Amino acid sequence: MRRGRNKGKSGLTKAGLMADTTGAATPDMIVEDDENGVRRRDFINIAAVSFAGFGGAATLYPLVSQMAPSADVLAESTTEVDVSSIEPGQAVKAVFRKQPLFVRRLTDSEMAEANAVSLDALRDPQTLGERTKEGHEDMLVTMGVCTHLGCVPLGAAEGENKGEFGGYFCPCHGSHYDTAARIRKGPAPTNLEVPDYEFTSDTVIQVG
Amino acid sequence: MSFPWAKQYTPTNPVMKFFDEKLPLPRLVYDAVGAGYPVPRNLSYMWNFGVLAGFFLVLQIVTGVVLAMHYAANAQVAFATTEHIMRDVNWGWLMRYAHANGASFFFIVVYLHIFRGFFYGSYKAPREMIWLLGVVIFLLMMATAFMGYVLPWGQMSFWGAKVITGLFGAIPLVGEPIQIWLLGGFAPDNAALNRFFSLHFLLPFVIAGVVILHIWALHIPGSSNPTGVEVKDESDTVPFHPYYTAKDGFGLGFVLIFFAIMVFFLPNALGHPDNYIEANPLSTPAHIVPEWYFWPFYAILRAFTVDFILPAKLWGVIAMFAAILIWFFLPWLDKSPVRSGHYRPLFRKFFWFGLIPAMAVLFYCGGAPAEEPYVMFSQIATAYYFLHFLVILPIVSSMEKPEPLPYSITEAVLGSDEKAVLGDNTESTA
Repeated sequence: MRRGRNKGKSGLTKAGLMADTTGAATPDMIVEDDENGVRRRDFINIAAVSFAGFGGAATLYPLVSQMAPSADVLAESTTEVDVSSIEPGQAVKAVFRKQPLFVRRLTDSEMAEANAVSLDALRDPQTLGERTKEGHEDMLVTMGVCTHLGCVPLGAAEGENKGEFGGYFCPCHGSHYDTAARIRKGPAPTNLEVPDYEFTSDTVIQVG
Repeated sequence: MSFPWAKQYTPTNPVMKFFDEKLPLPRLVYDAVGAGYPVPRNLSYMWNFGVLAGFFLVLQIVTGVVLAMHYAANAQVAFATTEHIMRDVNWGWLMRYAHANGASFFFIVVYLHIFRGFFYGSYKAPREMIWLLGVVIFLLMMATAFMGYVLPWGQMSFWGAKVITGLFGAIPLVGEPIQIWLLGGFAPDNAALNRFFSLHFLLPFVIAGVVILHIWALHIPGSSNPTGVEVKDESDTVPFHPYYTAKDGFGLGFVLIFFAIMVFFLPNALGHPDNYIEANPLSTPAHIVPEWYFWPFYAILRAFTVDFILPAKLWGVIAMFAAILIWFFLPWLDKSPVRSGHYRPLFRKFFWFGLIPAMAVLFYCGGAPAEEPYVMFSQIATAYYFLHFLVILPIVSSMEKPEPLPYSITEAVLGSDEKAVLGDNTESTA
């Protein structure tokens, strides 16, 4: 074996790539392109690897993005609810983004009860007015998803346990919500979420 | 494994040192496809295709796993979920087109890889095991590709499944029960679709496993080279990295340009419009052809039209499988000690003017309708194909006088090798 035949030459070069292995390499094959010692090969190396790196990174984007909600899922991301038939004291369950949505028309006493509570007593201070739309303070639209661990609270359907504060009660870990669906007792950290919605007419809301 | 002058992996970073002690995975990579693998210095671009095939296997697995996240293997919804991927899933069209065209490119590079093996005698001792494992990989690829084509549950999917499983029905006595067992029914339906999906997901990982064996077996004798002369000395080799990582990287970039053209501008050029019609068990498309990569074998299948002791259909099936299984015997059919076709004048003539035209004819006829003159052309080409392997190769290899081989790879490259002994230009093939 003829190990190290070109050792002397390879020691001269930065990378030692050519001279070490070809058996025919001569020092003049290693061209110093300018006075700063930047070789053409360095440039090619950086250009090629960054080009491939950028292309590789660009192909990662679709691979990640494909797991995000697809167009048909996003197409279901708005829901219209006709609220005209909801009587005071009554609530309906709708579906928004495959999750339950509670739409509840409050009675006058329920509104009064909600407005009577001092904000200092609340874990997540919000007034009823902040949680409803102006002129429609009796329409309480919230997600039917407990903010603790995501169970569906009771109280929307007739005869269900409305909890100690007359709103909603989550049976999983005992969170009590009041008539404005604000958390009053139990482990849930925040009020039931009010999704983005608007009244498209006096009787129809569009959620999402 | 490898040559005594192979560079040793010597980690300097403490993290890499820790790794090397506990789990020498970086060392394995270094010795397999890094600077620790000495490779003949004279490899041409024909030696790119192994790495390219590996790239396309990875591409198929990545895009395939993505597609499986959005696809449902149920005859009720399979076609709909395929369209769901095309229309609704973010970048789903890209994943599916890359997967479908990736299959074609996988076959293109593997066919060129096999072609390289045929011409340069890569299958000969001491590399028989590499070749045998390669044929196994090819058979697995064919099965995987066939089952994958069934999954969109279009018309070609359905009737392809019916025709190919129908081949097993040609086997005497047990054929029909086998066909029913394979399909889990009397025609392709939910049961067949579901098991094809399961196997289509499994087999690529089996292929990956055999590929590891293929590379392992390769690293024992080391890579062959265009002269077929074995490596004698350190001056005959260069380290795989950076020399062939760079060369393979360049080849990969070149192939990816064509791949991108197909995926982005001609995504359905290699497919069949009929497969965008949902499977209909009551209506057969006018012209059933398999995917292009099966055409040569499909032509052999259809070349048998006369019953001779056994029914013609069975002969076709036997011949089609034999056309590939015969490759398992190639290392022992071609007995010439000279590997490379460059130094084999007679072999070269039969290769370029016999085998390659015959395969070209089979390829063309496999995609053509089953009518004259294509059937006759297929018959002639099929006859030559088997004659080539079973008769011509053994005879040629025993009577041929090979041209003089270079003393060494170094001499082939540089025109001289200072170590060459006058008159000693014979190659020891042991």
